[in-house]
Amino acid sequence: MNEHIVTSYEEELALLDKKIAHMGGLAEHNLGQAFDALERRDPRQAELVVKSDKAIDQFERDIEALVISMIARRQPMANDLRHVMVALRIAADLERIGDLAKNIAKRALAIAHESHPKPLMTGLGHMVELALKQLKAVLDAYSERDAEKALAVWRDDAQIDAMYNSLFRELLTYMMEDPRNIGISTHLLFGAKNVERVGDHTTNIAETVHYLVRGTNVADDRPKSDQTSTTLISHD
Amino acid sequence: MDAIVANPSSATAAAHVMPGSGFKVSARDCNVYYGEKHALKSVSVDIPDRSVMAFIGPSGCGKSTFLRCINRMNDTIPICRVTGKITIDGQDVYDQSLDVVQLRARVGMVFQKPNPFPKSIYDNVAYGPRIHGFAQSRAELDQIVMTSLEKAGLLKEVKDRLTDSGTSLSGGQQQRLCIARAIAVSPEVILMDEPCSALDPIATARIEELIDELRSNYSIIIVTHSMQQAARVSQRTAFFHLGTLVEEGETGHIFTNPNDKRTQDYITGRIG
Repeated sequence: MNEHIVTSYEEELALLDKKIAHMGGLAEHNLGQAFDALERRDPRQAELVVKSDKAIDQFERDIEALVISMIARRQPMANDLRHVMVALRIAADLERIGDLAKNIAKRALAIAHESHPKPLMTGLGHMVELALKQLKAVLDAYSERDAEKALAVWRDDAQIDAMYNSLFRELLTYMMEDPRNIGISTHLLFGAKNVERVGDHTTNIAETVHYLVRGTNVADDRPKSDQTSTTLISHD
Repeated sequence: MDAIVANPSSATAAAHVMPGSGFKVSARDCNVYYGEKHALKSVSVDIPDRSVMAFIGPSGCGKSTFLRCINRMNDTIPICRVTGKITIDGQDVYDQSLDVVQLRARVGMVFQKPNPFPKSIYDNVAYGPRIHGFAQSRAELDQIVMTSLEKAGLLKEVKDRLTDSGTSLSGGQQQRLCIARAIAVSPEVILMDEPCSALDPIATARIEELIDELRSNYSIIIVTHSMQQAARVSQRTAFFHLGTLVEEGETGHIFTNPNDKRTQDYITGRIG
């Protein structure tokens, strides 16, 4: 793409992308660290994640201020207009992802002294791994302005949903086997729900990137595959 | 892959019904030469009635040249040659038998710099109706002048000083006086060539408000260097570059997601 005649405008747009990349990297890092703290039962690391969420929140405020100032002073048009609006939306999604990572870290603190059911932790680990891969891919799609890559992320969210569904069933079964498992299982269940929500925010970002690049919305509804809101396990 | 992606706004498709039908002004393969210079290259466009179309583009892109073809203002330039076809309500503007004076009553024009006659406010507005013989009596002429000033949003400010010179008004008022003068001969189309470029922001806002009111009765074409103004006042926008019409479409679409890269580069400030 050609550069703007006004160099400082070009620089502000570049700064916006730099901030998004930085913020995204931080959200990614926190999600990984939060699960790590959970898995290794490391309250110190969990504390670190909770603390560093403040930096993510600050990024959101910075991006918001920059976008508002650019709208006021530059009156961006066409792809530039989409660029600044999209940055605002992505920052909001990343901020939510940061919150979800923080929530997982808090659960790590809560269950640091309980014994962990290994297979279930592994299941959650796979979910986190996939969520991180998706998040990284969507941030790449943004910086590369790659609508196809964004669409791939958008489609692959179904995998996270499928993992969540099966983990949900496993955790319910585990609780039914022994009521003493209910505490830890509930925390893991919420943890899994958080990761599933990270997937949803990543999907939002994918839609946003698609809009940025093509100027059109992703048309059909992504098949909803989180069925846990309608799932019950019978006692028979 | 594209199957799951929404189509871009279909608003642009609306312009591609039967050529010329249902539109106020239609141009087909319009070319303008100034001597050897090919200033406007094969422009075809349909301009709807009762709405505002904005022409945008860098200096020398041909937008004013095209505007001036519509009421044959280019006839006044000896070395200028126009080819192709322009119609208003299906009637050929360049028909030999057409009376150019009549045409310019049907197609009013407002210029960049307000140019009231050095006459009274009243006479500025009454001038057109008088030479076209629109009024049978003084009372009728008064009526036309008042209505035109009212429509131009100027009556309240000048009703007690109609005998003052038109040039005694402020720039913004002078421009509205010129609009009143154009309206007085009951035009169907109003051409505006950068009507606000000599005005301050408040006077500009008044003209824009006026344009918005006038569009319920007229087909308005405005040439502007201000992209924001085009975005604010028009329903459709046409982008000209190097003598060609690059893209024409619904204004919201042009300013959020233009189809042509040149349009995008221009409206985002990447080419001059």
